[in-house]
Amino acid sequence: MTARIGVVTFPGSLDDRDAQRAVRLAGAEPVALWHRDKDLHQVDAVVLPGGFSYGDYLRCGAISRFSPVMETIIEQARGGLPVLGICNGFQVLTESHLLPGAMLRNESLHFVCRDQRLRVENVDTAWTVDYTPGQEISVPLKNGEGRFTADPRTIDELEAEGRVAFRYLDVNPNGSINDIAGITNAAGNVVGLMPHPEHAVEPLIGTGGTDGLAFFTSILKRLVNA
Amino acid sequence: MARVVVDVMLKPEILDPQGQAVQRALPRLGFAGIADVRQGKRFELELEGPVDDAALARIREAAETFLANTVIEDFTVRVEPSSAGGAA
Repeated sequence: MTARIGVVTFPGSLDDRDAQRAVRLAGAEPVALWHRDKDLHQVDAVVLPGGFSYGDYLRCGAISRFSPVMETIIEQARGGLPVLGICNGFQVLTESHLLPGAMLRNESLHFVCRDQRLRVENVDTAWTVDYTPGQEISVPLKNGEGRFTADPRTIDELEAEGRVAFRYLDVNPNGSINDIAGITNAAGNVVGLMPHPEHAVEPLIGTGGTDGLAFFTSILKRLVNA
Repeated sequence: MARVVVDVMLKPEILDPQGQAVQRALPRLGFAGIADVRQGKRFELELEGPVDDAALARIREAAETFLANTVIEDFTVRVEPSSAGGAA
């Protein structure tokens, strides 16, 4: 029996199908979850995909955070359910306070879309065990509000505890503090990042590489060995 | 009907590139002497009932948990005096 990985669709989600495809390519079973459904249908992990949920009204992720499905996800994530937030999903996780900090308009004020190099700095999370420490990967990045920020004490804490999971290399595309591209919670089950690993899982699309696939094989390995 | 206004602004220490872009555009348009611009949001809440302490407490709760993200934003809540003369 393989792992069941839920992918939430909010109104305005764009990358839910790509995330489902990545889950399938990694060998797990994708399960579509609907924002109005509190029931997680016995999934073993959840992906919050990219897009513009609820039109990014108010703030990115601010309205999604109060959706029925998120009530259940927030409760279960606190109990250890693995959750990966990609781009808009990362914004939902910070708005939910499952991850610290917040996302702001890019420093340049431009929407940025590029192949982005990253360094994987924490390979102990549920979503990164299949990477090697310090591994450099290339995945697509596309955001207008990706400038990660937090108060200095939170940043110090994230750095000291090794909770900066991914850092931008070459270019800081949005002005994020300390080149932070993604972070993990202290337990390592909740991970969020702005770049899109689900767009880099097969040679024909995205960067042409498969650098993102290890997110999805990592969670599968974690769940099967659990 | 009573109106309560919630103003939400980025905290002073948070960089506001939108405000900066507006500030840079002003001199080009002939508006001199403006040293800084910060851009924020204004919410106008029309209450069904009276503006009493309980109503204001609920609005502050809504502002704290929803209208503002207090990680990056500050907010103020104030009651707008009812304008009997309508929109001026």
